[in-house]
Amino acid sequence: MKLRFLSIVAAAALVAACESAPENTGAASGGGVSAPPPARTAPAGIVKGSKEDFIANVGDRVFYDLDKSSLRADAKATLDKQAAWLKTYQNYSFTVEGHADERGTREYNLALGERRANSVREYLIANGVAASRIKVVSYGKERPVALGSNEAAWSQNRRGVTVLN
Amino acid sequence: MSRIRLLAAVAVTLILGLASYPSPTHAEVRIDITNGQMRPLPIAIPDFIGAGGQENQVGRDIARVVSADLERSGLFKPIDPRAFIQTAASLQIQPRFPDWKAINAEALVQGKTEIGPDGRIRVEFRLWDVMSEAYMTGWTLSSSPADWRRLSHKVADAIYKRVTGEDGYFDTQIVYVAESGPKNDRKKRLAIMDQDGENHRFLTEGGELVLTPRFSPSAREITYLSYFKGVPRVYIFNLDTGRREALGNFPGMTFAPRFSPDGNKVIFSMAEDGNTEIYEMNLLTRSKTRLTNNPAIDTAPSYAPDGAQIVFESDRGGGQQLYVMGAGGGGANRISFGDGRYATPVWSPRGDLIAFTKQKGGRFFIGVMRPDGSGERLLAEGFLVEGPTWAPNGRVLAFWRDSPSDERGRGQSVRLYTIDLTGVNERVMLTPVDGSDPAWSPLIP
Repeated sequence: MKLRFLSIVAAAALVAACESAPENTGAASGGGVSAPPPARTAPAGIVKGSKEDFIANVGDRVFYDLDKSSLRADAKATLDKQAAWLKTYQNYSFTVEGHADERGTREYNLALGERRANSVREYLIANGVAASRIKVVSYGKERPVALGSNEAAWSQNRRGVTVLN
Repeated sequence: MSRIRLLAAVAVTLILGLASYPSPTHAEVRIDITNGQMRPLPIAIPDFIGAGGQENQVGRDIARVVSADLERSGLFKPIDPRAFIQTAASLQIQPRFPDWKAINAEALVQGKTEIGPDGRIRVEFRLWDVMSEAYMTGWTLSSSPADWRRLSHKVADAIYKRVTGEDGYFDTQIVYVAESGPKNDRKKRLAIMDQDGENHRFLTEGGELVLTPRFSPSAREITYLSYFKGVPRVYIFNLDTGRREALGNFPGMTFAPRFSPDGNKVIFSMAEDGNTEIYEMNLLTRSKTRLTNNPAIDTAPSYAPDGAQIVFESDRGGGQQLYVMGAGGGGANRISFGDGRYATPVWSPRGDLIAFTKQKGGRFFIGVMRPDGSGERLLAEGFLVEGPTWAPNGRVLAFWRDSPSDERGRGQSVRLYTIDLTGVNERVMLTPVDGSDPAWSPLIP
């Protein structure tokens, strides 16, 4: 009987591993990043048509009920405003991020986040925003914004966020 | 890559053993590990000794690793060496069984170390049944000095196997996701270590989010999810070369990967336009096959050890439940019918059970059921327990536990655990930082 085994990876290989970046297999970001249109200063000091304007005056996110990806009435109201703004400021491409709370398993939450991001995407497209401007990405439960382990936090983390490029 | 040979100095040892000592078949020492209330077997593991200082040092280290492996299994109770009567040196000549009976040892390990002129370590060990004064098993192996821990784990595996009748699982590794930083900006790195936490090293730097690593059957490759450049995709990491490559170029997010038992395929999920389906990628032909087709979330696939069936989770019936389908896809049978939601199914390497994560009443559980859905048993419970993975002998599971945090994220602790299939002997796995998503390797070839 003869046993053989491959060596544990040598430290050298590990270093090599860390230095050999993988092949880039996808677009790094949705190009089309654009400067905001010419400025007009709003009372709050926020430039109309800027990213800050979108976040402060439109609302960049919508929230979901537990384990749901359907859009609530408040979410649709926000997305109506998003659609109007995005049609006004045509230069932006954007990514819709789908997120879940921590009360689900990792892989299911990735799929759920994907569903949520697509619910936003589809609503915006139905309201006249060009599909070519939209990318989606799911983070599952990996990127909470509220840190508590309670429903108040979880309801903030079950979200779809429109991130302008 | 250097390739190290472990020279088995023969099955001859075993044959000689049978000739020279009372037959192992008369041994009384035996642990029935199917019963959760087993009594740990008192075992004496004196230092392995050699002719000189360095050989003795290695021998002490080996005995310590063997002892820790066996103790952690919950099936053995190593006796404090300070109680030993017969010296290790004297033991080399002949075990004096009354000395070992006097301290209630039921099994005794006799070990010898030698360091050759080329630096290689040679280990010889014998396992004795103290009560019947019978030889049970033994062998001689050698390795490079760097692999002395593997020699030790192989000794522990041999003892475990001889006493329990089941294969050991100590000469194995764990790959997992090492976590650090605040809860809303968690840095996640792939890390790999021996199953006892030693030889720990990071495989990625933390620049991109990584999740759900799983070993190939050779234990030389790891498939995992990486957000490299912001795009979530399945990758394969080769431990020998350090190369990472994407499984393929797909239109949607790919995730939840696992190798097939023959290593020729990776099964995974792809989400497209919000709908998640299960696909298989043939690594030899690079062809992709879709295995599910419905508007539900179908994910977390895992092959049966014979490769003929796949268990996965789906919410096609409303909530997350477990389903089994043929490896070619098509019709699937639901197997989970209890209250609550069922997720992350993983088929045991023995084929007899499927481990899963269950959510019910605001709690999480790790459980097992038979592949037909019968015989459900819950093994571990918590605020969040998730992601079971099987030790290669199908007797022990690892998983991870997360604790609740306050509004500022304080109190969170994410740790790896192991538990016996019978639901006893839960132990934390020591990792330098927090850890999640463990995957247990096969026995290292």
